[in-house]
Amino acid sequence: MSEPQEQTGIVLTEEQKRRRRARSVAIAVSLGILVVLFYLVTLVKGPGMLQRPL
Amino acid sequence: MSLASQSENTYAQFSAAEVGDYLALLKPRVMSLVVFTAFVGLVLAPSPMHPVMAFTALLCIAVGAGAAGALNMWYDADIDARMQRTSARPIPAGHILAGEALGFGLLLACFSVVILSLLVNLTAGALLAFTIFFYVVVYTMWLKRWTPQNIVIGGAAGAFPPVIGWAAATGGISLEPVLLFLIIFFWTPPHFWALSLYRADDYARAGIPMLPVVSGERETRRQILVYTLILAPLGVAPWLLGFAGPVYGVVAVVTGAAMLALAIRLLTEPSDRAAKHLFAYSILYLFLLFAFLLIDRAMGAHLGLMG
Repeated sequence: MSEPQEQTGIVLTEEQKRRRRARSVAIAVSLGILVVLFYLVTLVKGPGMLQRPL
Repeated sequence: MSLASQSENTYAQFSAAEVGDYLALLKPRVMSLVVFTAFVGLVLAPSPMHPVMAFTALLCIAVGAGAAGALNMWYDADIDARMQRTSARPIPAGHILAGEALGFGLLLACFSVVILSLLVNLTAGALLAFTIFFYVVVYTMWLKRWTPQNIVIGGAAGAFPPVIGWAAATGGISLEPVLLFLIIFFWTPPHFWALSLYRADDYARAGIPMLPVVSGERETRRQILVYTLILAPLGVAPWLLGFAGPVYGVVAVVTGAAMLALAIRLLTEPSDRAAKHLFAYSILYLFLLFAFLLIDRAMGAHLGLMG
């Protein structure tokens, strides 16, 4: 019943997909580093971090 | 032109940038000197920092410097493409789109300034924001294409990192970090003008009013010597003013004299080779000054513990 769909729009090459994946991994790693950094800094500064004037 | 922009458009439909292209936007070699001088400023400061906080401060300074580099490459992509030295940078090489570099730079600039301000202190964050602004807007957008004094005034951006490091540790600024600022500030013109002497064709082609292009090579060599005459005593000043001990003093006198000798040789026996020597040595000179400030401080702390 359904016709074979024609591919429209931008079709990524394998190379582009590989590079997109590499960029995504790099962003994930950066965010992971930020999480660990905030965690460590909170431990170092202690609860006072929440009570200081801004 | 139309062919080039057409193929660029086809290419640009979806980003083909490698992670390494993004890292190249951060100017890693400049960043290493920024981190090093910021580290020295941070360690010399009288109030010791918790290692995690020191790491946070240096990370923010490094990322902020990288953001400034990316924004510089975004704005300067047109002239980078015309210069041999810079034509392989990610944007002129076609690896990354100008818009990607702009977004990347703005994002990192905001993150680094906000995180440094919130986690470390507001003074350091404000100084980092000002440094990025100074490098991108004052130097890149305004001075670089307009005046041969571009790198003299713009050099202030490169001189700020030790001040930011000091401010991260103490929350303020005093005479010592200002002295470190002045050393880098007066080091920048001889360093860059030495480079521009043997790259003058490049700068002329790109239409950048570097001193050798505008005022000639002889005038450039003369000014290199003038700035070196100010720089060498400034290098010794931390010892004379009592911020550093005799080991630093001896190193500063010897390396400063060598810098001066190379600048004089460049003036009396002009050649590309002499300019290259001065350029290469200037990097070593700045590195040694800051490294021995660290070593001196480490030895002083050791002696203090012994006594």
